[in-house]
Amino acid sequence: MIEAFRRPDKGSVFRKQLMFEFQSLGIESLGIVLFISAFTGGIAALQTAYNIDTPLIPLTMVGFVTRQSIILEFSPTVISLILVGKVGSRITSEIGTMKVTEQIDALRIMGVNPANFLILPKITAAMIINPVLIIFSIVVSLLGGYLACEISGLVTLADYIAGLHYQFNPFSITYAIIKTIVFAFLITSISGFYGYYTEGGALDVGNSSTKAVVNTSIFIILFDLILTQLMLV
Amino acid sequence: MIEARNISKAFGDHEVLKNVSTSFEKGQTNLIIGQSGSGKTVLMKCLVGLYTADSGEIAYDDQIFSEMTEKEKMVFRKEFGMLFQGGALFDSLSVEENIMFPLNMFTKQSFEEKRERVNFCLKRVNLENANKLYPSELSGGMIKRVAIARAISVNPKYLFCDEPNSGLDPRTAGVIDNLINEITEEYGMTTIINTHDMNSVLEIGEKIAFIHEGNLWWTGNKHEVLHSDNKELNDFIFASELTRRLKK
Ligand SMILES: Nc1ncnc2c1ncn2[C@@H]1O[C@H](COP(=O)(O)OP(=O)(O)OP(=O)(O)O)[C@@H](O)[C@H]1O
Ligand SMILES: [Mg+2]
Repeated sequence: MIEAFRRPDKGSVFRKQLMFEFQSLGIESLGIVLFISAFTGGIAALQTAYNIDTPLIPLTMVGFVTRQSIILEFSPTVISLILVGKVGSRITSEIGTMKVTEQIDALRIMGVNPANFLILPKITAAMIINPVLIIFSIVVSLLGGYLACEISGLVTLADYIAGLHYQFNPFSITYAIIKTIVFAFLITSISGFYGYYTEGGALDVGNSSTKAVVNTSIFIILFDLILTQLMLV
Repeated sequence: MIEARNISKAFGDHEVLKNVSTSFEKGQTNLIIGQSGSGKTVLMKCLVGLYTADSGEIAYDDQIFSEMTEKEKMVFRKEFGMLFQGGALFDSLSVEENIMFPLNMFTKQSFEEKRERVNFCLKRVNLENANKLYPSELSGGMIKRVAIARAISVNPKYLFCDEPNSGLDPRTAGVIDNLINEITEEYGMTTIINTHDMNSVLEIGEKIAFIHEGNLWWTGNKHEVLHSDNKELNDFIFASELTRRLKK
């Protein structure tokens, strides 16, 4: 598996694969990411608004709480967990199927380093494209929050925007992006690992996928805790 | 020449290969024959290094392959072409892309040159105009033939074919046998074929190694194979009515 991190055999082939993975890991995930983000942003805003029942807390808190939960936790972590299910299981089953049908042996016989050839482009692509997805997710979530306030009439646009600006620390964006990059690495390398070491048949490919999703999720949560401790405390 | 010296291989406590020593000649089609489950595929995978033998040595001409590092093996394998028993085509790539794959990885040819090579290889396996199909759209025999085309696309020095004509009709099987035989002579390749097809044995068996229960049981050529008094070999060769009649 260490083999995966060597320099690619041929640059032009690597670039072509990278473009393909941007498409298959990134652009094809955009729809689900935006859908979930819009609704979650709206829901976060509504829940905060409904829970403020004392006039002592200003309604600008709605924008503030929505922003904090989206940027710090929801977009980087929850969306990454969703990508584990969408992208990680796909990587494991793709590589696992290649393993059990001897396609990986065929690569090796041709003198290609299969781990490097198959996994490195995916890791690289995800580490570049996932932060972009997360930025989109943040923007769309905050928009969702705004729309929910607007439609329900609970909070005015001015209050919501004021809340978004309240005590804004740009470092939180950096934190979100760093988390996302680490999670992207975990998703692609762990699921690549499980695919690559699949033995047997179709059933085993399914088992590997399940294991990959479970273990990646656990790692993401652990690293979430570690990174939060390191960067925010 | 490829040499296997005292190769043993076990999976758990199942001894599959027992101290097998044999050699495979350059410019000849070398056959490994034996019953299903006798260890032909395992022997071939040991030769190319997909399995590591528990003991023994593999030599290619004057180089000891089994002692090379994984990285050295990788470079050495650029001279290999291999047909897997199940084809092992890349299912995300079309027929043309499959055959072009090794050319893309290791040559600096222009697209036109590569395309020409692909068409040439496809023609030799009787599959003109299949360029754009995907593996899922091919029949079992077509998969085999595309896999052969892919194996020969880089003009390998060493060609390994695991049952190239199982699942093919007798006529196509003959075409494939002759193709492999021809290119082996033409380019002076060292070719090893696993087979239990009697037609192949009698047509192209210039050097035959018979594996019985993991042991190298008999070696000879297509003429000797008909007149041997080795019991297990005879049981294997003359298992069908047709071959028994042929003997008479
Ligand atoms: N990866 C493996 N793990 C455990 N046992 C294996 C493995 N590969 C092969 N075997 C065992 O080794 C023996 C020989 O298998 P092999 O595939 O070499 O047979 P074969 O001669 O190629 O047969 P066939 O003509 O049916 O292809 C079989 O009994 C098989 O069960
Ligand atoms: Mg076999």
